[in-house]
Amino acid sequence: MSLEPSSRACLIGLALFAAAAMLAFRLDNYELQVGTSVAMLCALCLAWNIVGGYMGYPSLATAAFFGIGCYADAIAQSQGLPIGVAWVCAAVAGAVAALALGLPLLRLKGHYFAIGTIAALEVLREVSNNWEWLTGGAVGLNLPMQAGDPDSVGRFFYLAMLGLALLAFLTTYAIDRTRFGFGLRCIRQNEQAAAMVGIDVFKYKTAAFVCSGALCSFAGGIYASMVAFIEPKDAFSLITTIEIPVMVMLGGLGTLLGPLIGGVFYVILKEFVWANFINLHSGILGLLIVAVIYFLPAGVMGIRPKKLGSLWRRLTSQRLRTSP
Amino acid sequence: MVGQYIVNGIMMGGLYACLAVGFSLVWGVLNVINMLHGSMVILGAYACLFGVQRLGLPIYVVAPLACGALFVFGYAVQRGLINRVVSQPILITLTLTFGLELIVNNLILHYFTATPRSLGINLGTVELLGMRIPVARIVGMLIAAMLTLLLYWLLRHSKVGRAIVAVRMDRHAAALMGIRIPQIYALTFGIGAFMAGAAGVAMALIYPVTPMMSGVFLGKAFVICVLGGLGSVPGAIIGGLVLGIVEGMGTLALGPQWATSVGFLLMMAVIILLPSGLAGKKGYE
Repeated sequence: MSLEPSSRACLIGLALFAAAAMLAFRLDNYELQVGTSVAMLCALCLAWNIVGGYMGYPSLATAAFFGIGCYADAIAQSQGLPIGVAWVCAAVAGAVAALALGLPLLRLKGHYFAIGTIAALEVLREVSNNWEWLTGGAVGLNLPMQAGDPDSVGRFFYLAMLGLALLAFLTTYAIDRTRFGFGLRCIRQNEQAAAMVGIDVFKYKTAAFVCSGALCSFAGGIYASMVAFIEPKDAFSLITTIEIPVMVMLGGLGTLLGPLIGGVFYVILKEFVWANFINLHSGILGLLIVAVIYFLPAGVMGIRPKKLGSLWRRLTSQRLRTSP
Repeated sequence: MVGQYIVNGIMMGGLYACLAVGFSLVWGVLNVINMLHGSMVILGAYACLFGVQRLGLPIYVVAPLACGALFVFGYAVQRGLINRVVSQPILITLTLTFGLELIVNNLILHYFTATPRSLGINLGTVELLGMRIPVARIVGMLIAAMLTLLLYWLLRHSKVGRAIVAVRMDRHAAALMGIRIPQIYALTFGIGAFMAGAAGVAMALIYPVTPMMSGVFLGKAFVICVLGGLGSVPGAIIGGLVLGIVEGMGTLALGPQWATSVGFLLMMAVIILLPSGLAGKKGYE
């Protein structure tokens, strides 16, 4: 049986998800926690990959949408809405915010787009810091804890995050296979040419941004319910917003499995670094980021066994190219 | 009251110009968003603090040495690391400099701890038209402003300066004119680091500095750079002054906690409405 590469990748991904879901009843509490954060980061990576990978826009707004999701969930739950409805509220809030931010920001290109999205993140963090009656300010907000024993609560959030990651994966697969994804890839290669061949560039870009924003906010909503306490510097974290693209690069930009592999790989590395070098963890994280850029420019997905031997030679003989 | 805020704003503006001009130059010439900039400011401040407080040297000896050390650091980083990926998409260079920022910041934190430190030089205050201005602030601002103007003069009148401007305008044409691009890139990054170091020294003269502030400095540099327009010294000066005054006014009108947000909102407005900045066009110095 021969399959197209993207269908094969989809089957591999689905198998991974099935295995992860079955593990839910095998893992202890710590492992469930790590698993939940893997699933969350995979969902965020997949969401970012739609804009950053397929469309080629260097978005640094991931944490902005994530934070909006956190706060939307917290506020919805404080109004007495049940948890599932609050999550949907979070996703809707993220979609609306992405639409509102995307309309001005998506007119920008390259560096300006990156800076504009960072500015959005900074403004949102400041707003949540200062808008005290709504967000609790710098003190943060408490959310209701879930009833039940720690194991079953942990399992519930693990499965919820896994479900979201699956949703993000299937969305990506759908995008990869359809005209929409083709359009996004055209935009990445040459936006003017894409417009010339009849792609409604602005509509495509906005749709991708909204899709990505809604998924990020959904993840934020589940996260806020899980940790039951949010504060501005945690919800709108600059580190998260830059870590996510690094993870996707680690896996492979603009591919279906890249974000999954990158997310899993990164969390394992990070847990290892945290456990062993607590004082220098951010420095080592920095070294990892630098190493990914020099050694794995196409990500883990780009590794070809034959090429491994020439990796070092290529690195040392790399010369500055002045062409863009 | 309003006068006091405007004067404070102008004082900050001089410092801000020095803080942002290196960042702006690197962005304009190399097309790299240098996330390391905030940590280079801290590095300058701490090099100066180290010389004055641990080695007991006078500040007028230490300050130029600290800035010189930053130049060497910047030159080496660009020559050895960033030049290898400088022509790749922005995401790569941005992430690389962010990785370097994590490393440098963690090392500073490790060796100097997070305690805020200041040079603790008290030069008194002067009264001017009923407004009180600390002398240390005037000195810091003057040093920063003079170095910024000196850089402007160098870019206009020295051979290297003209080469840097030429590379910014068109790097292919500059290469054809016999300018060695990697060399100019490394020099530009070195100058950016030098100016960051100078801003750090001036900062340490006025405020207590901690490694945790690198993100704040970086944020200011972003805003100023976008306000004034990329890669130009006058742009950085205008952007710095505008930000200083706007933050002062924002503090007066809404309270100090909103000052940063006002700056960022102004930046988003400028980025969307006037992408080439308040100073207008990209071109000659």
